Amino acid sequence: MSTTPPSTAETKSKTGRYLTFRLGQETYGLPVLNVREIIRICPITPVPKMPTHIKGVINLRGTVIAVLDLRAKFDLSKADFGDRACIIVVQLTAPDGRKNLIGAMVDAVEEVIQLNEESIEPAPDFGGSQETQYILGVTTGQDGVKTLLDINKIFTDDFSATRPLAEGAANHQSEALS
Amino acid sequence: MSTSSSESKYLLQFVELHSQIGVELAFVGPGSDVGLLPINSLLMDFEDANESDIPAVLVSGIAIARVWLDHIFDQTGQFSEELILSFNEWHGWMAEALAAWERAEALPAIPSTWTNQVATASAPAELLESESSEVASVVSEEIPEFEEKAIVLNLKDDAELLYEFHGESVELLQEIEQGVLILEENPRDSATINSIFRAFHTFKGGAGFLHLHALQDLAHDLESLLDAARQSKLQITSHVIDLILAGSDVLKNYTNEIGAQLKGVHAGEPITVPTSQLILRVKAVLNGETPILAPSPAKPAPVVAMAKVEVAPQLVIEMVVPNVIAAPALEPMPTVIAVDKAPAAEVAAKPVPSKRAAAVESSSGFIKLETWKLDALVDLVGELFIAQSMVVQDPDVQNLDSRTLARSLRQLSRTTTELQRNAMSLRMVPIRGVFQKMTRLVRDIGAVQHKEVQLILDGEETELDRNIVDKLGDPLVHMIRNAVDHGLESPSDRTAMGKPSLGTVRLSASHQRGGILIRIQDDGKGLDAAKILAKAIERGLVAQNAELTEAEIFDLIFMPGFSTAAAVTDLSGRGVGMDVVRRNIEGLRGKIEIQSALGAGSTFNILLPLTLAIIDGLMVGVGGERYIIPTISVRESFRPAPGMVSTVQERGELVMVRGKLTPVLRLGQFLGTIPKANTPEEGIIVVVESGDAMRAILVDELIGKQEVVIKSLGDTFQHQNLLAGAAVLGDGAVGLILDVDTIVKL
Repeated sequence: MSTTPPSTAETKSKTGRYLTFRLGQETYGLPVLNVREIIRICPITPVPKMPTHIKGVINLRGTVIAVLDLRAKFDLSKADFGDRACIIVVQLTAPDGRKNLIGAMVDAVEEVIQLNEESIEPAPDFGGSQETQYILGVTTGQDGVKTLLDINKIFTDDFSATRPLAEGAANHQSEALS
Repeated sequence: MSTSSSESKYLLQFVELHSQIGVELAFVGPGSDVGLLPINSLLMDFEDANESDIPAVLVSGIAIARVWLDHIFDQTGQFSEELILSFNEWHGWMAEALAAWERAEALPAIPSTWTNQVATASAPAELLESESSEVASVVSEEIPEFEEKAIVLNLKDDAELLYEFHGESVELLQEIEQGVLILEENPRDSATINSIFRAFHTFKGGAGFLHLHALQDLAHDLESLLDAARQSKLQITSHVIDLILAGSDVLKNYTNEIGAQLKGVHAGEPITVPTSQLILRVKAVLNGETPILAPSPAKPAPVVAMAKVEVAPQLVIEMVVPNVIAAPALEPMPTVIAVDKAPAAEVAAKPVPSKRAAAVESSSGFIKLETWKLDALVDLVGELFIAQSMVVQDPDVQNLDSRTLARSLRQLSRTTTELQRNAMSLRMVPIRGVFQKMTRLVRDIGAVQHKEVQLILDGEETELDRNIVDKLGDPLVHMIRNAVDHGLESPSDRTAMGKPSLGTVRLSASHQRGGILIRIQDDGKGLDAAKILAKAIERGLVAQNAELTEAEIFDLIFMPGFSTAAAVTDLSGRGVGMDVVRRNIEGLRGKIEIQSALGAGSTFNILLPLTLAIIDGLMVGVGGERYIIPTISVRESFRPAPGMVSTVQERGELVMVRGKLTPVLRLGQFLGTIPKANTPEEGIIVVVESGDAMRAILVDELIGKQEVVIKSLGDTFQHQNLLAGAAVLGDGAVGLILDVDTIVKL
């Protein structure tokens, strides 16, 4: 495992419990420590002039939080969210130390699994054609491959990249086109 | 520009501070203390800047101004002719220096005359005298029986201010005592030293404002002590801590006495608490004198000398200008006497127990709590209110045929409504405090300018959000000053014009249009439209041949650049920082309007929201979405008749609103939702304005008016400038609040 020296520190921190969920036909996982709660899909108020993967905002007991569509974020095929769909509320720590809540829309939540570093393989290399920057690693179970996501990378991106009227807009257009 | 962000931050701040000092300088006069405290506090803001981030020349320039100012504080407490000249020179130099800094050029050097000035200014006659052989006799005359300065409260005129001062002082003294406890543990804790310094400074400012000179002097000396510690020129020893505590005890005695007088005990009697002993001790420490703690009247001189040698290395004081603090106590002899007397002062300073109890009692009427706790409570109550209405309006609940349930629900509604009203009112305070300060201001400016002025206050009991009241002070000071200074004529001019020689400034607050209207009205000479236009053209703010209405011309005085440093110093025309005033008001989501008649006076109307946490919103529907437009920005709304909206180049649409062609923004198309109204005639036009700009927004329908609690959209949308925030609507969904300031500029 420790063939690549730079990743040893990372592999070490990968051990832990993961919440797995489905996006389309695939299974993904998030570190449980980041998950604050899971809520049912509720009416989402769309926010205009934002990239498509930002679905809008919801009222979480008086706090307004942003909701991301992970399928759109990863550019998966479009489909309607079914009745098992829900929003995973994740707590993130911004670079300046502030805590932020953000919601991620997924098709269904599956289970919490315990993984240690031996069972996690590094992100596969697809030859640059696919975005692997958000992937922490992959693990295989009896029911197939689970992709573990680097939660901070996915969402921290959205703190800086979502400039609706500035240079950020161009990025998102190209992202949507690719 | 290669300036780093911290530099440019300071640059902006300095330019602002510089202009504020300019304003204050315009009001100083020889032999008066007007402007002294504001300038001091502005200078402190300068000094707060991190020295490594600003050019060294500026640091020295600021230090020079500090020496001058401290000199005034240490001496008469009043400006002298030459120091005023120096300050004006300094202001000019600062303007050049800041401009050079902005352009990243070399900064102008400090004029050499200033350093000389410092020396002469700080070595006035009495100090030179004190160095002569008279010292001993002078001191021995004074020491045995001090003329303690007594303070007399002006209970009639200053009652409100005194209440405020008293409340604030109780808090400050607590802060000081807590700080001292920390210092005893860790004498080098700079944060604590700073906070005690600030506390004494604030105390001094408050006392100075109320002309409680004895208090002001003592607070000033204690402040200097902490300042020396702050600059690492003085080490905090147990003796210094004793001094701070003794000082705060004396201040506490005063404060308690003020509190008692406010309650009617011995009202109006002069208050005497001995301070001079303490001041001498403080000065002694500041001069590097040895603290002698053992009281023994016949202490032989050699001991003093010995002790001095022992302790001297610890008390390294490098005063920039030693003369400033060179007091008689510099001589060893007086110090011995002063210190020997110290226990007596301490005994005298011991508070009478009953008074201390009174202070505790009086401060128990208030709880100071952090704003976020209050905000969280208000938020939660808002949520409760929404949850309540969701329950009551639930179709299943409504179908239940139960009278007891219906009664309980009504009870619930009433209670939650009441609860919400109560929660909201927690943030509301009467505007009285701010208004009362203006009385003082008008009195002072009137006296300086030899004008007869009366200030009439009206509606002081009107309540506003605490945050708004706090931020309203500065703009009001500016405007009231302008009214007295530039608005009102001299008594002789007034009589010549057939007006009563007594000028009137009226300051009123009232509820209007769902907000608060604050009106500043003077019966002075009014605004001269022709003069303003000429000046604006001269400054290049409007084109030579511009044709403006009177209202548009009056609006020019709010333009940045209309008033400059030159305009400030020669006091010509209104416009002293009016752009800052407007910015402040708009920052509070308010508006400002001018009415004026030449020769008859001017009226400034400030319309403010009741609170910053809640806005009155107009809810509009576009496609399936709902948006909230702040009502304060809405000018009018109407359903356009066919032909009212005309197109330009088949794309741009214009509509005539009160004789003005206004561009139309189709909100649905703009925001990317599919609107129900395809033609303007099917929809509703909402005319919004911000500043001078107007926009006609085409929406599908008006849903209604609603008070909403503003919530932040969070970091994800920090660059989303179309939205001012979000609000949780009655059905629990989130509604977005449009940012009209951005929309009118589209």
